[in-house]
Amino acid sequence: MLETIGIRNTDELFEEIPSHLKVSGLEGIPQGMTEMEVSRLMHQRAAENRQAVCFIGAGAYEHHIPAAVWQLTTRGEYYTAYTPYQAEASQGTLQLTYEFQSMITALTDMDVSNASLYDGASALAEAVLMAVRGNRKSKSRRIIIPRTVHPAYRKTADTIVSGQNIELVEVDYDRASGTVQLDAIKQAAGDDITAVVIQQPSFFGTLEDVDAITDWAHQNNALVISITNPLSIAVLKPPGQWGGNGADIACGDGQPLGAPLSSGGPYYGFLCCSKALVRQMPGRIVGRTTDVDGKEGFVLTLQAREQHIRRSKATSNICTNQGLVVTASTIHMAILGPQGLENTAAACHANTRELVAQLSTIDGVRTAFNGPIFHESVLLLDRPADEVLEALIAQGILGGYDLAADYPELGSAILVCATELRTEEDMMAYRTELQAILAVETRHKETA
Amino acid sequence: MLIYEHSRPGRNGAPQAPVSKADLSDIPPELLRRGRAGLPEVSELQAVRHYTRLSKKNFSIDTHFYPLGSCTMKYNPRACNSLAMLPGFLSRHPLTPDRHSQGFLACMYELQSMLCEAMGMTAFSLAPMAGAQGEFAGIKMISAYHKANNDDARKEILVPDAAHGTNPATATMCGYSVREIPTLDSGDVDFEALQTAVGPQTAGLMLTNPSTLGVFERQIEKIAAIVHEAGGLLYYDGANLNAILGKIRPGDMGFDVIHTNLHKTFSTPHGGGGPGSGAVGVADRLKPFLPLPIVADDNGNYRRLTEQDAPRSIGHLSAFMGNAGVLIRAYIYMRLLGKAGMERVAEFATLNANYMMAEAKRRGFQLAIPERRASHEFIITLKKEASEFHVTAMDFAKRLLDLGYHAPTTYFPLLVPECLLIEPTESEAKEALDGFMDALEQIRGEARNHPEIVTTAPHTLPVKRLDEVSAARKLDLAWKAEPPA
Amino acid sequence: MSEIPSELKYTKSHEWVRDEGNGTVTIGITDHAQALLGDLVFVELPEIGSEVSAEDAVCVVESVKAASDVYTPVSGEVVAVNDSLADSPEIINDSSYDDGWLIKIKLSNPDEISDLMDADSYESETAED
Repeated sequence: MLETIGIRNTDELFEEIPSHLKVSGLEGIPQGMTEMEVSRLMHQRAAENRQAVCFIGAGAYEHHIPAAVWQLTTRGEYYTAYTPYQAEASQGTLQLTYEFQSMITALTDMDVSNASLYDGASALAEAVLMAVRGNRKSKSRRIIIPRTVHPAYRKTADTIVSGQNIELVEVDYDRASGTVQLDAIKQAAGDDITAVVIQQPSFFGTLEDVDAITDWAHQNNALVISITNPLSIAVLKPPGQWGGNGADIACGDGQPLGAPLSSGGPYYGFLCCSKALVRQMPGRIVGRTTDVDGKEGFVLTLQAREQHIRRSKATSNICTNQGLVVTASTIHMAILGPQGLENTAAACHANTRELVAQLSTIDGVRTAFNGPIFHESVLLLDRPADEVLEALIAQGILGGYDLAADYPELGSAILVCATELRTEEDMMAYRTELQAILAVETRHKETA
Repeated sequence: MLIYEHSRPGRNGAPQAPVSKADLSDIPPELLRRGRAGLPEVSELQAVRHYTRLSKKNFSIDTHFYPLGSCTMKYNPRACNSLAMLPGFLSRHPLTPDRHSQGFLACMYELQSMLCEAMGMTAFSLAPMAGAQGEFAGIKMISAYHKANNDDARKEILVPDAAHGTNPATATMCGYSVREIPTLDSGDVDFEALQTAVGPQTAGLMLTNPSTLGVFERQIEKIAAIVHEAGGLLYYDGANLNAILGKIRPGDMGFDVIHTNLHKTFSTPHGGGGPGSGAVGVADRLKPFLPLPIVADDNGNYRRLTEQDAPRSIGHLSAFMGNAGVLIRAYIYMRLLGKAGMERVAEFATLNANYMMAEAKRRGFQLAIPERRASHEFIITLKKEASEFHVTAMDFAKRLLDLGYHAPTTYFPLLVPECLLIEPTESEAKEALDGFMDALEQIRGEARNHPEIVTTAPHTLPVKRLDEVSAARKLDLAWKAEPPA
Repeated sequence: MSEIPSELKYTKSHEWVRDEGNGTVTIGITDHAQALLGDLVFVELPEIGSEVSAEDAVCVVESVKAASDVYTPVSGEVVAVNDSLADSPEIINDSSYDDGWLIKIKLSNPDEISDLMDADSYESETAED
């Protein structure tokens, strides 16, 4: 090979690099390991992560995933395939993605879906940008975001849209019900609002008045952006059925449908919209068409909106989607089917309801909000939440998410969730331990 | 056939969900779903068979040589996948307290450190979930830096005209206007044009090195100097890191902020389009602005920094830890390669590319920049073949599919007409490279003698050329149960 | 060779303008432009009644490989848009100067028309491409 190129050694290949800039080697990088050695290391590291029974939701949920899902997803043909720009060589990925789009639009009851964005939080940011582009009747570029929307989603949206002349208007929630009230929205809206964001169930697990808010928004020239847990809408009213006309843009995180918790990612953001807004939608979209022989085929479409063509005028700079996770999610939805998803969602609700009923019989525990909840609930404690949770972990229980940082006004509060995986034994153990912890007089601190 | 066409009412994967539907009567009926979601109802075997068959319609690195320029389609070691999916990582909830996540955080911390070392930067954040999000973070940090210095006049980002489309798109997303700098035929940026363009309105310059034309930007030190003198910052697009890993570091070239594509250089799987990861690294002056979360080492206790620790951070880019599973895979890859392995990456990637380039020349193809060394990729222009035989680069690409090769990148960079951007990567053996060049020659022969074979290719794949125009005119983006009224 | 009707005016960004003689003009994209774009798949038109200034981007024409802005060289009010393009954007490919018109504008500053190129100048412009 060197002969063909006409050089004596590979150093000559790098002669165009100024020699004083070259590094002699990567001194700080440890030497390579065999697969055997790396395996031992990773097993050790994995074991250093505390295993505990999980009662945390807060945007990432532990569900059963059929074994077939990731076995198929990690087939080399899916795992190591590239973006389907050469459509004829990618009909597997393209058809699967079309099926994904079909399933997500069916679940959300919306007109169209894209092929996914990075995660739910960044999907919200893209939905906001889309609403600003798509709402021709409103000039204010002001978006209502209630505090009942996931705090991390609000922070991410802020990071991404600030600097584009968009104002995110925060609206507080009603302390008794844990939901945002239409009156509060009206007041914050003033004369002109471009969009209203509603999360259902809310971050607290409470149920918002989606119909009234949606109708009000539409009567006032504002678009409606929904954030939903896609599993929950197997039984709860999906965004396409909100109010008289349905939400305009639906987003959320697809993690509950086939993505393991995996320390926070990769998950995927789903984004759906009404037909009228389809050309404002960022990200890849797969369309069905025919080939020159009239045979059915699938292809990336509406690419003219994307960065590689439109460049500085693109709908977004997004290039990659979450292809592999979408693959898993599609297979997951196909195996579970509508009945499977319904039963799972209902079981999560029933288990959380049961958990809350059990725990609130303990002295020192009470529910934070009146009104119906779905899948998650906020509990108030008589003792500092961080200490209680620490004591629970020592007993092998991840008791919930501490709300102190994001909602200090609630005092000592935790967000708990029991999915279909939590058994009666799990919940009884939680109850027993929590009762014991709260009964102790002195403060319990785990040694470092 | 779509999965929906296998659907029959009542079928499902019964043992995969709770067997009965629990009571929902405590939920107000007006908040419940009307009608069942239109998902397919199939048995588990039907689903498995369907998606297995679909997978066989794909090209993939595991099955085909994939010399896609700028994408770095190298082998994805399977250990990265199986070890990243160990239960200790896979079932960990992202909100598990740091104290109880030391194994995971140790991997993240070490990944940050190794990236700093390999790139010559002071600090890294693993938060961005893709290259484009890394670019966004980088430009946002530049913006935050100037704002912190009360430097409000800087409204422009400079971008070479050969740049990847995400560059100008990102600049716009951050509120900047974009000014393009022309590229010379030699592949270098037009330095004189740059000199004229740089001024007090310059927030920064975005550059890829080696450039998208596949050659090293020789004037990089001069470029860095004039941008810095004018008060602007330098952003490095890491798409082509595979060409220089272990040879030269972006930090040493003078860049203030860089993004890496872990799904390119560090071999995390392309997955049919994602997930990626765009970890960003910075030099000292941008360190306060890095996006969260960042993992710090507090005397052997790893923890994630919060807003209190990093009050000037540009903020969060995702709900949790970015694409954590992808980060673990990149970490494992780097541990497998180690120092010596990483130093060999650029060596062999560049050797393979230069060999193919020499072969292309020897076999009579026209190189875009014949007088220069290739980096890890190079460009052929088929302008001559297009005018002589009326066969385009697109046609060549489609015919390559018939011959068992995924086509290289076509029509990018936009500056070179009828181009193929070819990147073999270091994973491929000489036979694969020779086979590909043989295929190109064969197609050229066909173009000369039987052009219809090429212009109507592919012939041997599940579908022939698809009608993209009608796909965009008559949008069919989701299967619906009943046809529209 | 692209078609360049001699009675029309042209812009560097490949729009044509027909002076209707009654204070309004009709605007479209040239044959050269539609050939570069390829088969059109979608056209985005402005709202009737919107006020526009010279050099504003008023429409977007989208093909499979590109989405281009269309600029108005004149200021005024949009008084008509070509609705038939919604279902059949390909009309522009077939007849860019007649049935493929995009919008009609009532001029607020009639002098602006005199700044436009005539057919010969536009021909030299496009010959260089």
